[in-house]
Amino acid sequence: MLYREAGDFKTTYADDAQTFPIAFDRWRYYAILIVAAVIIPLVIDSYWAKSIMVPFLVFSIAAMGLNILTGYCGQVSLGTGGFMAVGAYASYKLMTAFPELNIFFVVLLSGGVTALVGAAFGLPSLRIKGFYLAVATLAAQFFLVWLFNKVPWFFNYSATGQITAPERTVFGIAVTGPSVPAYASYLFCLAFVVLLAWLMRNLTRGKVGRQWMAIRDMDIAAEIIGVHPLKTKLIAFAVSSFYVGVAGALFFSVYLGAAEPTEAFGIQQSFLVLFMIIIGGLGSIFGCFAGAAFMIMLPVLLKNVMAGALGWDTTLATHFEFIIVGGLIIVFLILEPHGLAQLARLMKEKLRLWPFPH
Amino acid sequence: MGVGLLNTIEVILNGLMTGVMYSLVALGFVLIFKASGIFNYAQGVMSLFAALTLVGFQSGQIPFAELINAVFGTDVHHFGFTMPAILATLCALAVMVLFAIIVERLILKHLVNQEPIILFMATIGLAYFLEGFGDMMWGSDIKTMDLGLPQGGSFWFEDVTKTWAAEGSDYWGMYVDVLDVIAASVAICLVIALTLFSQYTKTGRALRAVADDHQAALSVGISLRYIWVVTWAIAGLVALVAGSMWGAKSGVQFSLSLIALKALPVLMLGGFTSIPGAIVGGMMIGVGEKLFEFYVGPMVGGATENWFAYVLALVFLVFRPQGLFGDKIIERV
Amino acid sequence: MSIHAAEAAKDDASYAAQEEAHGIEPRRVGDVVMEMKNITLRFGGVTAIKDISFDVREHEIRAIIGPNGAGKSSMLNVINGFYHPQEGEIWFRGEKRGPMRPHEIAHQGIARTFQNIALFKGMSTLDNIMTGRMTLMKSNFWQHTFWKGGAEREEVEHRRRVEEIIDFLEIQAIRKTPVGRLPYGLQKRVELGRALAAEPKLLLLDEPMAGMNVEEKEDMCRFILDVNDEFGTTICLIEHDMGVVMDIADRVVVLDYGRKIGDGTPDEVRSNQDVIDAYLGVSHD
Repeated sequence: MLYREAGDFKTTYADDAQTFPIAFDRWRYYAILIVAAVIIPLVIDSYWAKSIMVPFLVFSIAAMGLNILTGYCGQVSLGTGGFMAVGAYASYKLMTAFPELNIFFVVLLSGGVTALVGAAFGLPSLRIKGFYLAVATLAAQFFLVWLFNKVPWFFNYSATGQITAPERTVFGIAVTGPSVPAYASYLFCLAFVVLLAWLMRNLTRGKVGRQWMAIRDMDIAAEIIGVHPLKTKLIAFAVSSFYVGVAGALFFSVYLGAAEPTEAFGIQQSFLVLFMIIIGGLGSIFGCFAGAAFMIMLPVLLKNVMAGALGWDTTLATHFEFIIVGGLIIVFLILEPHGLAQLARLMKEKLRLWPFPH
Repeated sequence: MGVGLLNTIEVILNGLMTGVMYSLVALGFVLIFKASGIFNYAQGVMSLFAALTLVGFQSGQIPFAELINAVFGTDVHHFGFTMPAILATLCALAVMVLFAIIVERLILKHLVNQEPIILFMATIGLAYFLEGFGDMMWGSDIKTMDLGLPQGGSFWFEDVTKTWAAEGSDYWGMYVDVLDVIAASVAICLVIALTLFSQYTKTGRALRAVADDHQAALSVGISLRYIWVVTWAIAGLVALVAGSMWGAKSGVQFSLSLIALKALPVLMLGGFTSIPGAIVGGMMIGVGEKLFEFYVGPMVGGATENWFAYVLALVFLVFRPQGLFGDKIIERV
Repeated sequence: MSIHAAEAAKDDASYAAQEEAHGIEPRRVGDVVMEMKNITLRFGGVTAIKDISFDVREHEIRAIIGPNGAGKSSMLNVINGFYHPQEGEIWFRGEKRGPMRPHEIAHQGIARTFQNIALFKGMSTLDNIMTGRMTLMKSNFWQHTFWKGGAEREEVEHRRRVEEIIDFLEIQAIRKTPVGRLPYGLQKRVELGRALAAEPKLLLLDEPMAGMNVEEKEDMCRFILDVNDEFGTTICLIEHDMGVVMDIADRVVVLDYGRKIGDGTPDEVRSNQDVIDAYLGVSHD
């Protein structure tokens, strides 16, 4: 009874396809949005911004990107780290080449550049399927990281090989660089999250999303129905890479400030994002947030408990993190292959009936 | 012979040796894939784990020492004895068999009939788990492995090849690591043994039956679960061999699990179900990346070995999606 | 089989008599829509289809029958471009068809169902049928990104048409159920709906009644006949059940071992000696 669908009638087909079809959801999401945009910035401090909120938002975007490709279009990619690097280096080059350009557009353009690169690496997907494609995306991962390491043009010939984000402002407030107020970096990322989540919902509720899912569920039948396989897959690769590129740009410019490709954008980032969408739920927008929150908070929590409360060595906490994450992935796949999003759906079913058993 | 040609031959030889190592890891993948249709991403970490366990036993480390110390406030590290290499190897093998049984019990049994991609992701989870578990059990510091195998360049080979060069040229002979030669021989023996096993023993026949058709194998009374334990145990053996060879060569450390990633392009070239494919694919990748690094590497800043194998496999697959030895795929609806 | 066929013959005769008695017009059959000329299809050394020619006329129900392995499914796969024949020509609506990918052929107006259901399992019934209208939707990617510029309007228009199909097939109750959870018979119906949604010029049905019980078969027959009657859709179908084929088809092609052994109205085919041999199992030498 707490969660109501009954009595929520729709009189037009447009209503049935809106962003949040159920009235209760709609109000709840608006409430969350108000909390996120108004209340959190007032109370956030730099510890929370640095270690939880900003990485959570950044990786939510990356998870949305990978979920479009893997969850909706069924193409597994292990190249997320490499594509994040493309976004990061594109934003660095744009920031240093066009100092006047607003950082907001820099991030969007970086996404655009990554979309092109992603589409190029998506070309083989027409002929390569399943695991083969997953392995082929490793080529993108290793090649791109190598490229950013070896070609000095990308890091402006700096002696350390590192890239460092200069200070850029939005409405006069710094969002990148050494002296950024906690609320500013948070709000800047939040703006992208809200925008990109809305775009993802638009794409997945209509024709484009159905094409992706058709390719995912049965590519041969999809083609026979009239879905252009290469075009559909390339769009998925491009859109996905756009999201990942934006995430990479934010990760570098807002979160890290300075980066070096092997450390920041290695294969471990690819797996991190993959785990987020597995745990969160493949083919679900909510799942991207749930998975990102889980994977970002777990290490922080473990570190606080084991290193802080128990006084253990941090390396031991890291080992535990691996064990727990790995174990959880397996448990999730066994118990609930559709992830946290499916658990939330089941909870809704229960809540709808609560307190009556049927 | 000219020096250039001799250098090329040397690069090819070294590439072949490295390739055999890749093949060794790829072999573990192929075995599990054939028997259970699982693309076992954890194969590389299994090699690392096996090598860690081997070194741990050999040097008499106390398992979970770090954890014990942290919980009980003690300061223990070693039992105070060392084990001969042979015994340690047998113990490590026993651990790998135990591991196979646990994997079957706790994971595979529950994931029967899931889609391949779910199984693949489960093995990624397993890889993470095993990585953390191995590090916790034996510590994450880099260990050297000494199995008593000879190491270093072969002087004899150097002397022999020196005479091949033209008189008076500044050529010092070829460098071939003895350990590589031993590793290659071990790999060849292993492949022969596995082939004999699958051709001439009852379990081997059952293994091939399962690989062909799960349902049909079940219907003639082959226990699928037993077969899975056997394959994972064999994969554990292969992991142990690969792990100890790589470990002896470059130390037992995390990067060992990355060579498993290198085995993936090998499989893409050779096909996931073909043992000869894994071997030929491995050698192609080994030789290819060494030659590329030798000729093109200096021009582009080196370290091309990081990505060459993947890009080669990618390009190759675009033109021949079924791999080197795979049959042409006829799609049906 | 022969008893079955004989019974079917009796039924058919009485049905025809009834039709005449009630003054119902026979179905209107128009010009040739599609013509297959001397099609040969080989896989490696195996010849699946040997030099087969036949045509399909507008508004008719054309059946392809034959024993297992006769090349029926391959024939359908050739028609919708999944396989490319080594020899022969395909003429569709007065034009010779060049080598085309299946999705291009879908855009020409050929839709089909599959022998082993090929629905999109993770999607709802509604989404599956909406996907069937893919070829008719014009809005582009950017309009969908911002849900503006006609994307929403188009979705709603097509939704209306899809709801008509849902009503027609009587599957309103499962509109939002993921199709993976539906029973077999309903899945077949959703698949028919998905093919119909494309408003095809030619509808290919690959064993639409395989694995169904008697009631489900009757339902499916009714749907096929209704589609043909109400929408005037040209249908080309493969079916094992001789009784059904003889009842609903206007003309029948009989294949055996990749060759055509009979072609004509159900009555003509039934009296064809080659067909009787193939079905009664005279040895081929």
